[in-house]
Amino acid sequence: MKHLLSAGDLSRDEALTVLDTAERLDEALTGREVKKLPTLRGRTVVNLFFEDSTRTRTSFELAAKRLSADVVNFSAKGSSVSKGESLKDTALTLEAMGSDAVVIRHPASGAPHRLAGWVRGSVLNAGDGTHEHPTQALLDAYTMRQRLGRLDGLRVAIVGDVLHSRVARSNVLLLATLGAEVTLVAPPTLLPVGVEAWPAAVSYDLDASLPKADVVMMLRVQRERMGEAYFPSAREYSRRYGLDRTRMALLPDDAIVMHPGPMNRGMEIAAEVADDPRRSTIVEQVANGVSVRMAALYLLLGGSPA
Amino acid sequence: MSRALLDAPAVSRVVDRIAHQLLEKTGGATDTVILGIPTRGVPLARRLAARIRAFEGIDVPVGVLDVTLHRDDLRLRGVRPLETTVEPLGGVDGRLVVLVDDVLYSGRTVRAALDALRDLGRPRAVQLAVLVDRGHRELPIRADYVGKNIPTSHEETVRVLLSETDGRDAVLLEQPAAAPGTAGKEVAR
Amino acid sequence: MTAFLLKGVAPYGDAPVDLLIRNGVVATGSTRGATVVDAAGLVALPGLVDLHTHLREPGREDAETVETGSRAAALGGYTVVHAMANTEPVADTAGVVEQVWRLGREAGLVDVRPVGAVTAGLAGQQLAELGAMADSAARVRVFSDDGKPVHDPQLMRRALEYVKAFDGVVAQHAEEPRLTAGAQMNEGVVAARLGLAGWPAAAEEAMIARDVLLTAHVGSRLHVCHVSTAGSVELLRWAKSKGTRVTAEVTPHHLLLTDELAATYDPVYKVNPPLRTAEDVAALRAALADGTIDAVATDHAPHALEDKETEWAAARPGMLGLETALSVAVLAMRETGLLDWRGLAERMSAAPARIGGLTPPSLAEGAPASLTLVDPAARWTPDPAASASRSRNTPYAGRELPARAVATFLRGEPTVLDGKAVR
Repeated sequence: MKHLLSAGDLSRDEALTVLDTAERLDEALTGREVKKLPTLRGRTVVNLFFEDSTRTRTSFELAAKRLSADVVNFSAKGSSVSKGESLKDTALTLEAMGSDAVVIRHPASGAPHRLAGWVRGSVLNAGDGTHEHPTQALLDAYTMRQRLGRLDGLRVAIVGDVLHSRVARSNVLLLATLGAEVTLVAPPTLLPVGVEAWPAAVSYDLDASLPKADVVMMLRVQRERMGEAYFPSAREYSRRYGLDRTRMALLPDDAIVMHPGPMNRGMEIAAEVADDPRRSTIVEQVANGVSVRMAALYLLLGGSPA
Repeated sequence: MSRALLDAPAVSRVVDRIAHQLLEKTGGATDTVILGIPTRGVPLARRLAARIRAFEGIDVPVGVLDVTLHRDDLRLRGVRPLETTVEPLGGVDGRLVVLVDDVLYSGRTVRAALDALRDLGRPRAVQLAVLVDRGHRELPIRADYVGKNIPTSHEETVRVLLSETDGRDAVLLEQPAAAPGTAGKEVAR
Repeated sequence: MTAFLLKGVAPYGDAPVDLLIRNGVVATGSTRGATVVDAAGLVALPGLVDLHTHLREPGREDAETVETGSRAAALGGYTVVHAMANTEPVADTAGVVEQVWRLGREAGLVDVRPVGAVTAGLAGQQLAELGAMADSAARVRVFSDDGKPVHDPQLMRRALEYVKAFDGVVAQHAEEPRLTAGAQMNEGVVAARLGLAGWPAAAEEAMIARDVLLTAHVGSRLHVCHVSTAGSVELLRWAKSKGTRVTAEVTPHHLLLTDELAATYDPVYKVNPPLRTAEDVAALRAALADGTIDAVATDHAPHALEDKETEWAAARPGMLGLETALSVAVLAMRETGLLDWRGLAERMSAAPARIGGLTPPSLAEGAPASLTLVDPAARWTPDPAASASRSRNTPYAGRELPARAVATFLRGEPTVLDGKAVR
């Protein structure tokens, strides 16, 4: 595996290898006082973040450092990037510095694909526009497997702004590869034309979907979408598609509630649901993110250069 | 082209001898644990424990020590899959750890094992048991228990087969194929 | 002026003849003193006429100039190009159109016919001085806000009415802008997968529907630029069946390429209107063959490297087209048996000339000798580094294409000989 650009690029075996490796790495570090492994010593990982995201960037930084890699952070604000330097010029600068891997988050779909054509090292997509966020899908699958013990035949409902969600796209692809059954739940305006071709069922009715879901994944819905008439008001949206305590009671006993973050408490998810100690996996998703990203970095950089 | 240096009965005798030597050198394997290094060090470790139990009725805890993440030669090959480290019952703190591997060559695997061992705890002492020592050490590492010393050249490959992993027991010495630099256990030493 | 004898050339692919050019026209009579051009195996076509080119000058000379664009055109077999008005400053006055016209004459490689903007500054608010442009030395007859649609229905109606006075035509870039805000590629299965905002076919069709109805109502003439969808084809067929005076053009790339190419995220495939589906490509080919679509027009859109070597969303839309148009048309229409050489000549020379208010180029005796010699057996691979255009954004890099213009004459003067521009 040279790059990780799309969850759809992973075969079933490759995806399971990432999850299993994450488990091994988790075991290797649990309970240790010094959370460090020498595995990627001498490698340079560059975090190239054109979008503000402290959470994801820190997760990748931690993952790289725990494997003893050197980390360099390029963030959009206050750098040459914000002064209009093109993606290509940034890529050439990284090449000159000799980076083994670039972790890139960018507001334009396809930016990691372009970058991969300009650098020799590995490229890891940390979220490109509305296209994909493969490590998010991997950590989500890891969390599901950890909580529920399986992925095959698992019924997953993904709820919210599917149209603009890279998390949704990556999850649909990865979960299909791993044998889960996905249902997308959203108002028609927030589902893309062409969703019929996706390996997922579609429903406009959240209440009908919840009793049949082992996992409910709530997507962030931006209030700004109201201005473009995707839905008439925040109130109507949360009334029809928000997960509150009443709706949570419709879920099967062992079902879990997930959210990639950051959350719009009160919009797509009620505070008491997000904080529910039994069902909500939101906090462990963050921890699992580091393990999964360590696994991704190990699989991309832990062998001979491609 | 390969030549059998040890057949199944010979392997069995060698394991028995190491078990006896271990009991002798440790004065009865008190406060001792055996850690196998994957892949073939693991069944060897289990066999040693079984022979010790058969000879003197002593139960020595067995564990597995995956060393992949501590290797210094990862860049020489494609990505290695990670194995699972299994702590032996009672841990390793303050005990004698006997590391077990099938072939001792450059010594780098054992160095990685010593590194990985630090994550498990602090043994009072560490010893090394190998089925085959083929020479060509690159680090100051030596085995306490050696099944067989086999002088080799760099081009040759020593292949250990065990019934648990390969269906039969044998130690083979292989000459290089037509092209040099054949892949095998010995490439990443 | 040198006379030329094109020996053994096949006009429209018919039986070979010796074609004499003397004093700027196709002639008969003595061949004495004529320079002989060995044209055995070559096909002679009337000079190609492009209804839709972007020469970028004035304003974006880093991407193209009138001279470099003219050279690319001549190499592609063109003798006339209509230069779109979205320059900087916009060609919305007699002054700017005359400047472009003059630059064309100075370069002397093709007849550059400037297109005048419909609205001042392309702002879509107020009509530009269409009459002044029509009366200018540039004799503008085609008016377009291309790049943008004339959005306001009232203004479109007025424009359609106003140009009747000088037999002008409004060439509409059909796009309902409220449906395409932020759009990056054709709306459909591929866009959904790639996470790129969609440009629905309905946005083009809705505008065409409105415009053909308006055109019929006011009794004017409408030309639709770069038709790209099967639905648009159906609307045009219906409008023509009702006697509406509407003509339409299709680009070579819309006859060949589909939106699947966007999966590479390489913005060389980003264009407006976007590449569509295989079904659309098939419908466009059929429409060009049966005359529902009248002409092939390149929409040659040069862009500087920094406008294409970026992430998709930041790239400007547009593809080069002048040098490859004939080859792509041969690939899409002749090699599929849909058109012969006469059919191609009609759609790439005669029909566009008529739409632009020009006398169609011809190979008949006495006609101005504006023609091109094509090697039908040629197979060539476009190399961006070797493009005559100042820009490199061709979508056919590394792709083998059939047929190639090897010589072009503009009113008896050679502009291209032996595959090379004469200047």
